[in-house]
Amino acid sequence: MKSVLSLSINGRNVDDIVPDNLLLVDFLRERQDLTGTKKGCDGGECGVCTVLVDGKPRLSCITLAAACDGSEIETIEGQARNGHLSALQKSFHENLGTQCGFCAPGMIIAAESLLRTNPNPSDSEIKTALGGNICRCTGYTKILKSVQIAAAEVSK
Amino acid sequence: MSMNGGTSAIGRPVPLVDGIEKVTGKALYTADLDSRGTLSGRILRASVSHARILSIDTSRASALPGVCAVITGQDCDKTYGVIPIAMNEYPMARDKIRYLGEPIAAVAAIDADTAAHALELIDVEIEELAACYTAAQSRAPDAPLLHADKPGNLEREVHHTFGSVSDGFAEADLVREEVFDCAEINHAQMEPHAALAEYEPIRERLTLHSVSQVPFYVHLTLASCLDMDTSRIRVVKPFVGGGFGARTETLNFEIIVALLARKVGGKVMMQLTREETFLTHRGRPKTRVKLKIGLTKTGKITAAECEAVMSGGAYAGYGIVTILYAGALLHGLYDIPNIKYDGYRVYTNHPPCGAMRGHGTVDVRHSFEALLDRMSRELGLDPFTLRRANLLKAPMFTANGLMINSYGLDECLNKVEAASEWTHRKDNLPDGRGLGMACSHYVSGAAKPVHWTGEPHAVVSMKLDFDGSVTVLTGASDIGQGSTTIVALAAAEIINIDLGRVRVVTNDSVITPKDNGSYSSRVTFMVGNAAIEAAKALQAKLVDAAAELLDALPEEIECEAETYFVKGSAQSELSFHDVAIKALAKEGTITVKGTFSTPIEAQGGKHRGGAVGSTMGFSYAAQVVEVSVDETTGQIDIEQVWAALDCGYAINPLAVEGQIEGSVWMGMGQGLCEETNYINGLPTHASLTDYCVPTMAESPPIDVQIVESIDPLGPFGAKEAGEGALSGFPPALVNAVADAVGLDVNFLPLIPDRILEALTKYRRAQRRKETVK
Repeated sequence: MKSVLSLSINGRNVDDIVPDNLLLVDFLRERQDLTGTKKGCDGGECGVCTVLVDGKPRLSCITLAAACDGSEIETIEGQARNGHLSALQKSFHENLGTQCGFCAPGMIIAAESLLRTNPNPSDSEIKTALGGNICRCTGYTKILKSVQIAAAEVSK
Repeated sequence: MSMNGGTSAIGRPVPLVDGIEKVTGKALYTADLDSRGTLSGRILRASVSHARILSIDTSRASALPGVCAVITGQDCDKTYGVIPIAMNEYPMARDKIRYLGEPIAAVAAIDADTAAHALELIDVEIEELAACYTAAQSRAPDAPLLHADKPGNLEREVHHTFGSVSDGFAEADLVREEVFDCAEINHAQMEPHAALAEYEPIRERLTLHSVSQVPFYVHLTLASCLDMDTSRIRVVKPFVGGGFGARTETLNFEIIVALLARKVGGKVMMQLTREETFLTHRGRPKTRVKLKIGLTKTGKITAAECEAVMSGGAYAGYGIVTILYAGALLHGLYDIPNIKYDGYRVYTNHPPCGAMRGHGTVDVRHSFEALLDRMSRELGLDPFTLRRANLLKAPMFTANGLMINSYGLDECLNKVEAASEWTHRKDNLPDGRGLGMACSHYVSGAAKPVHWTGEPHAVVSMKLDFDGSVTVLTGASDIGQGSTTIVALAAAEIINIDLGRVRVVTNDSVITPKDNGSYSSRVTFMVGNAAIEAAKALQAKLVDAAAELLDALPEEIECEAETYFVKGSAQSELSFHDVAIKALAKEGTITVKGTFSTPIEAQGGKHRGGAVGSTMGFSYAAQVVEVSVDETTGQIDIEQVWAALDCGYAINPLAVEGQIEGSVWMGMGQGLCEETNYINGLPTHASLTDYCVPTMAESPPIDVQIVESIDPLGPFGAKEAGEGALSGFPPALVNAVADAVGLDVNFLPLIPDRILEALTKYRRAQRRKETVK
């Protein structure tokens, strides 16, 4: 079965006809060429596919594209605007919040969601919000720092 | 000419030069590459651990609409592997299956669903054989053999003695022996394996994009397994989402996807699932370490005797190197005159083990540091005092012939002792809290490469062209550790140019010079030195041009922040562009190269296997771990870690910190929770839920201190930074647990149920002792 899908991705309206079993991550990567959203596991375990659906963090690898009809999707590709990195992107870059870079898109999106609802998170709030995003390179210390510094920047 | 340090590109924190791509999602990893016109490749894997293949019938699969090619072990009769004398693996099993999950056939189809369906239509007839899952089963007299030419299922045994351990133990005031069991673990890099192969039938050329840390070795293996001339193959490494050793050898799917691409005469993408990525494995082997140490009353080590037995899985891979590393790096950390090592690498019917961060050395170092701690308690010595009684004095050669030119362990000890406030906190912590410490070290590149050709170990090319940009060409594989940034910094520093003027092109065999790859922490040391030499050659040409323009001698020219002028003269300055245009006018596009070869004295002892462990310089590390142990649940929380590492010189302190934090944390995973598990060969860990890597929630703050011993051969004095601190964590953890609750643990990882069981036994034994009193 197929459904008509009408949604917005990073502020751009997209209409498509998609199989009902198409995952959001595959829709983004394969149909929209938005490969910034990664696949790191066999379903819902690592967080690298995190995107925002109507402002909330979602694992796009266990979300059906068809279920997002009418939604606003935000991915890592939409975070830098007018030639400027988002506060989190800038902070992750400058503070080595990412090494190999594979977890960075999901990590930054999950942190973006946190800072929108809680601009001054405590360390433990950051750790809880990002607890579902695995990173294998950094030991998380510089990720924590990147989010702290971005939060300070945002709430300036 | 002279250089001014005031505009230095190095020695201060610099973000990765390829970092913007990573935070914007623009970085293209293998699975992100253009998949238009690409077929989907899938692998059929064995569902049993040990069997003879009687027949494989692919006719039903081939007949399925949408299936473009089906291949089996019969499509490749060439073995591959790491060490030329131990290449005993086929890309797909031919006559025999040796582990559950081993590839036996593969399909290329128009889409992933069709490929998956086709796998179900391949009929495989097998005769199952008895299997060996543990080293003990494999070594039993009546054990079934995995490889007919390997009696006793022994891949390699190593027996090395330096000095006389019997004399050493005779001199000792305290001799203790313990057995430690360390679980098998996996790299679990975040990016699942993937490879994209394209075969052009008319030109008979193959291009492979893959997740490799060693594209050069992959290139050689493809040529061999596909029986192609190396010149008809191109290997490209896109962005790679972590490696940690998982990708330091050619992996079966890289060959399989190339075979499929050739068969269809087109393009095939192979994306492995996380489960398959775990099955491909090459992780750290399960290791049993029997260790005996002799100490004098003052803590001087008189002798060490070590036996390591590694369950290596079904094929050789890096096994020989791993078992040699384990013994070789008993040396080089402390001054130990007498060391005996016996190593046994055993075949088992599990996925093959391989190299993992801290290759070969971690479990032995763990055992050594844990036993030292216990003996320090018996002798009433502080663990720091004990280490200080055994320091080396550089420059020197160890008993097994390892060259040591720089040694910052004493300073590492001082730094973590002070930072952790060890002296007054150690015995003043509340119940259930403890502090433990340990030391460790690791090589900065293997002085002898696996594939010995006589060529330099590293070559870097640089190009200066009409646009005034400097392009650096390197085959060094950046896998997130920041090697591309190091190369760019070396160029900027030596040529005195803005980092923005430098672009680095990496890992495309038709463009970049050959490089052995990212393993054994070789890149900064070897490629860094080659980059410095190339940059010096380019700078010499620029200085000559400036001298001509300024009517001076080259040695009178100074260069600072992209300006050239005559030393001590008020004469006008020249811009980089002016000088570059003059230099280009003489010869056109300027290309230079630099190389690095390891000095002969760095290449280890003359004994068999003596090359393994040999290096130009060792990193040194000390760390203190603070834990809380919940005696009712067995749960261990890491409160804080203090780590110091001697990396020679921190070319990019930001990246050095990142490497130390990452390696300490990976050591924490091994110490605390990571373990692969199999039930009759069936992996029960092959997902990121079942293979428990620490999340952000349980990861502690890590205080990092950098020690700079300035190695005489290192690039700007630098040594490695990404592996040395790892092996210190598990023993520091075990030592901290002993400090917290009195329990000495002889196994890894310290998962709560096992800790609880051990604690219960320990408390019971303690009560019994009290009753007897």
